[in-house]
Amino acid sequence: MIRVREKYGDRMTALESSYLTETLKGLSITLRHFLENTLTRKNTVTLNYPEEKKPYPERFRGLHRLMKRDDGQVRCVACMCCATVCPAHCIKIEAGEHDDHRIEKFPIEFSIDWLRCVYCGLCVDACPCDAIRMDTGEHPKPQIDRNGFLTTKIDLMKLGGPSVAVQGGVRPDNGEG
Amino acid sequence: MELLLISTLKVILVFAIVLGALSPLAGWAERRQSAMIQDRVGPNRASIGGFRAWGLFHPIADVIKLMTKEDFVPATRNRYLHTAAPMIAFWSAVVTFAVIPFGPWLQIANLDIGVLFIFGIASLGVYGATIAGWASNNKYSLLGALRASAMMLSYEVTLGLTVVGVLICFSTVGAQELVVAQAGPIWNWGIFKQPVAFVLFFVAAMAATKRAPFDLPEGESEIVAGYFLEYSGMKFVMFYMGEYIEMFLWSALATVLFFGGWQIPWVPFEGQTWYEFAGVAKFLAVLVAIAFLQMTVRWTLPRFRYDQVMDLGWKMLLPASIGNVVVTAVVIIATPAGGVLQRVALLVGNAVVVLVALAVAAAMKGENKIGVTTEALRTQRSEEAVH
Ligand code: SF4
Ligand code: SF4
Repeated sequence: MIRVREKYGDRMTALESSYLTETLKGLSITLRHFLENTLTRKNTVTLNYPEEKKPYPERFRGLHRLMKRDDGQVRCVACMCCATVCPAHCIKIEAGEHDDHRIEKFPIEFSIDWLRCVYCGLCVDACPCDAIRMDTGEHPKPQIDRNGFLTTKIDLMKLGGPSVAVQGGVRPDNGEG
Repeated sequence: MELLLISTLKVILVFAIVLGALSPLAGWAERRQSAMIQDRVGPNRASIGGFRAWGLFHPIADVIKLMTKEDFVPATRNRYLHTAAPMIAFWSAVVTFAVIPFGPWLQIANLDIGVLFIFGIASLGVYGATIAGWASNNKYSLLGALRASAMMLSYEVTLGLTVVGVLICFSTVGAQELVVAQAGPIWNWGIFKQPVAFVLFFVAAMAATKRAPFDLPEGESEIVAGYFLEYSGMKFVMFYMGEYIEMFLWSALATVLFFGGWQIPWVPFEGQTWYEFAGVAKFLAVLVAIAFLQMTVRWTLPRFRYDQVMDLGWKMLLPASIGNVVVTAVVIIATPAGGVLQRVALLVGNAVVVLVALAVAAAMKGENKIGVTTEALRTQRSEEAVH
């Protein structure tokens, strides 16, 4: 059985319904908060955003970056997996033939429209060779016009770094690579 | 000629204090204070050369924005009245400061009927609200205007009556004479003779300024912005500023009536120059303190429902203020003037008024309680819900 106790019903005392004491109680609460926050900022939880930042969780999906091989070339092999899986159709890849026959393809141009991207992370999951990552932990910066969000391969690679993953899905125990 | 010059200087000084310093800062203070009360940071971004000064530049930024803003008007408005309404509201608030005695000599006009003049002009402010609501040709504006006129009329009665008690005590209506009469020890102040009148005056004044918790003429959650819904740019600012100025007006009047105006307790004024400055400073300090209290109440209490406001005004404040007038008059006549006996008798009279008011409120509780849903109303509602 549930017991219900009416706490704030119609049964106010005359003193309460004259508002006087209750207003004073309320005033003491607001004044206490006012003084505490002016003197010590004790309860203030607001962050002054651009200056103070809250650390994001480790797996936060931020801006993309294109990873590099040991020799500084882009790791991407223009397989189009990410562009295919992308629900926002915001990845544009123009593939070209690579001189090294083991690599075969590479992206001549690789651009992501950060304004259309929904930061789902599917492109990262789809990539077979750890070429694209979303671990920068940053937001796109505000821009004056839409084109500012269209990010080219060069800029994406500037964010990137070397990846130690073995290229091309070749497993180390094969004795190759 | 000399009189003209001095008067002009006084006008400039008073309006510099009221319009130049108090009102713009009130906007900043209110936003900042609400932030502190609600555990936020508040406006602090406007900066001049990277220097932010706790957001003190926000009023300047606001003014620039509002001055350059488009004055958007509804096509179906009444052209002349729509333009006149903010002027009336603003004018009636500003002009009353002419009789407020900021210091021994800092008073623009020492009218014999000072307090009555303030009430007369300040009550014209309701025309600004009513005309604005009607001339906007918008149903929300009209509703806001109706609420504003009903509420301000009800509360002005109480406001006037609470002051009568003080006027009886000091037997004058001149603003400067009232201050002079409160010279000497601190218990000569109006608040120690009429504490109940001060509380009633404070509540009624908050209602007269149409500020929360009595802001139902604006009621942004119900009627968007009430009577100034169809105003933008500087016209809107005139209503807004008028409201702030009115808040300072009632604070100033409370200072004059209850806190000895520019009189510093125990220190007599015998024409010393330092006293004139100290007196003005003391006046402004008390004024700001009362305004601060009004602002704090705004962030403390939720808005009253319309019927609750009417109940509070007509069934509690008005009878209590009438009772206060009667008791004060009887005490003043029955006891020798200026004696300790009179002071004590006045306080006892005030206590009697409070107790009687509470007893009446307790007795009325069963049939028509103030501020709470009655049992009958609740049954009626559940019956309606069934049908
Ligand atoms: S995160 Fe999602 S939407 Fe953004 S590029 Fe990758 S797949 Fe497309
Ligand atoms: S899935 Fe990886 S390798 Fe394939 S195109 Fe995208 S980034 Fe390049």
